[in-house]
Amino acid sequence: MSALFTSPLRIFWLALLACGMLAPLFLPTYYVSVATQILIFAVLAMSVDVLAGFAGRTPLCHGAIFGTSTYVVLYCAAHAGLPLPLAMLLGVLAATVLAAVFGLLAVRTSGVYFLLLTLALGLIVWGVCLRWTQVTGGENGLRGQLRAQVGLSSRELYAAVLFVVAIVTFAMWRFVRSPFGLTLRGVKDGESRMSSLGYNVPLHLIIAFTASGYFAGIAGALYAVFNDFVSPSTVQLSQSVSGLLMAIVGGIGTLFGAFVGAFLIIALEQAVSMFTERWLMVLGLTFIGIMIFAPEGVLGKARLIMAARKLQK
Amino acid sequence: MLEIDGLHSYYGDAHVLQGVSLNVAPGEIVALLGRNGMGKTTTIRSIMNLRQPVVRQGEIRYRGERLNDLSPHAIARRKIALVPQGRRLFASLTVTEHLTMLKPASAKHGWTIARAFDAFPRLAERKHHRGNQLSGGERQMLAVARALMIDPEVVLMDEPSEGLAPVMVQALEGVIAALRGEGLGILLVEQNLYSALALADRIYLIETGRIVHHGSKAELEADPSALQRYLGVH
Repeated sequence: MSALFTSPLRIFWLALLACGMLAPLFLPTYYVSVATQILIFAVLAMSVDVLAGFAGRTPLCHGAIFGTSTYVVLYCAAHAGLPLPLAMLLGVLAATVLAAVFGLLAVRTSGVYFLLLTLALGLIVWGVCLRWTQVTGGENGLRGQLRAQVGLSSRELYAAVLFVVAIVTFAMWRFVRSPFGLTLRGVKDGESRMSSLGYNVPLHLIIAFTASGYFAGIAGALYAVFNDFVSPSTVQLSQSVSGLLMAIVGGIGTLFGAFVGAFLIIALEQAVSMFTERWLMVLGLTFIGIMIFAPEGVLGKARLIMAARKLQK
Repeated sequence: MLEIDGLHSYYGDAHVLQGVSLNVAPGEIVALLGRNGMGKTTTIRSIMNLRQPVVRQGEIRYRGERLNDLSPHAIARRKIALVPQGRRLFASLTVTEHLTMLKPASAKHGWTIARAFDAFPRLAERKHHRGNQLSGGERQMLAVARALMIDPEVVLMDEPSEGLAPVMVQALEGVIAALRGEGLGILLVEQNLYSALALADRIYLIETGRIVHHGSKAELEADPSALQRYLGVH
């Protein structure tokens, strides 16, 4: 843990996290709901970052993995009558298994082929959710009263989500800093080098993909409780793209940048849509601006500036 | 220990290695010398079974086991380490991370982080620097230290002295000689004749994918005509 306190940037993040914890005490319910959403999608973006930023494989299927967990939780808890904790466990398990299968199929490809293959795998999940109407409800989706079932108010749900997200974030931070995480960065830098050092690169990538899916599954399970509803739009391509954009905007390979990306995208979406129907255009222009002036993402840029200042000293 | 017998390797249709045979014994430095493009690096890549080139004929055996069909990581796990040409470090990892990735900091046996830093004190001073923040000599030291972390019995070194200042070459030669003293077999691919002659016990000369001369260092020094003929050294 001590390493968390070794740089001003990390202390800043911890202070921000503390502010986030206090926010529900002062904000109206609407903002609490937006903050909850930001936390959940930050976990999704971090799960994307584990693959894209650390292993060098950019996935376009994490929305499907996330949504599968949401579907399973809502089906099990609201339709099969299982207790919510068990339903959430099953949701995460389903997402993990799905990610392992996707990983097995995708890890031998890289670059644009990996992108397209994961896109296709995500589309299969979307197709199944749309057509398997007896289970998924087709276009009508699945509805539940999960939050009411456990009797959580918006603020209490926020607190619960924050607690889970803090644990998951710490787990992911440890994961990417572990010797295994270092091997993933090695794979990103040079696969054949890792192979000639004795690493089974495809196996490492499958494990990374599965772990990443596990984290996306946790986000999906939280989303089920938060949203009480799931439909094919939850697993569609735009969801995967959202997760990826949040990771990119925050800073690929920074992990915690996912919080910045999720905050910027969701907050901007909520704020701009209040003033204009053309909010998507504003979002698009914002992304273009970020890509031109800070292609390494907001946190990535901040780190670069801090490193440059350190060098000047 | 490591035996290569009649190796034929191809890059696409290009027949690069045309029946290369050589062997490396424990505690021995074997140098493979030749001009640019003669097949030295291809020999090393063929031993590690890297994606290119493709070995179509011949056999590579290690302690009697055939390596031809094994993946590079399976070969490395048999304790054959590669120090690749151009160092090929991981730009985003620090010196320490390069080493802890391969062996936990708590490891007590074989090559440990502490032992690597003892062998390469310069790396200990640079332990928080990333791969792309090191000088050429430091990079080479790190490439060797990284290879040693798998506790190898054989080390394949591809032009380790390339682009290094004489003082760094000398330091590196000291390290390589020390490794031989510990019983490691070393296949040294070099263009730097003087560095190879200073270290090697036996020397193979390669030209257009064929071994054209093989002998001990003493034999080669006694009759340098092969060096003149194949390397253009006078």
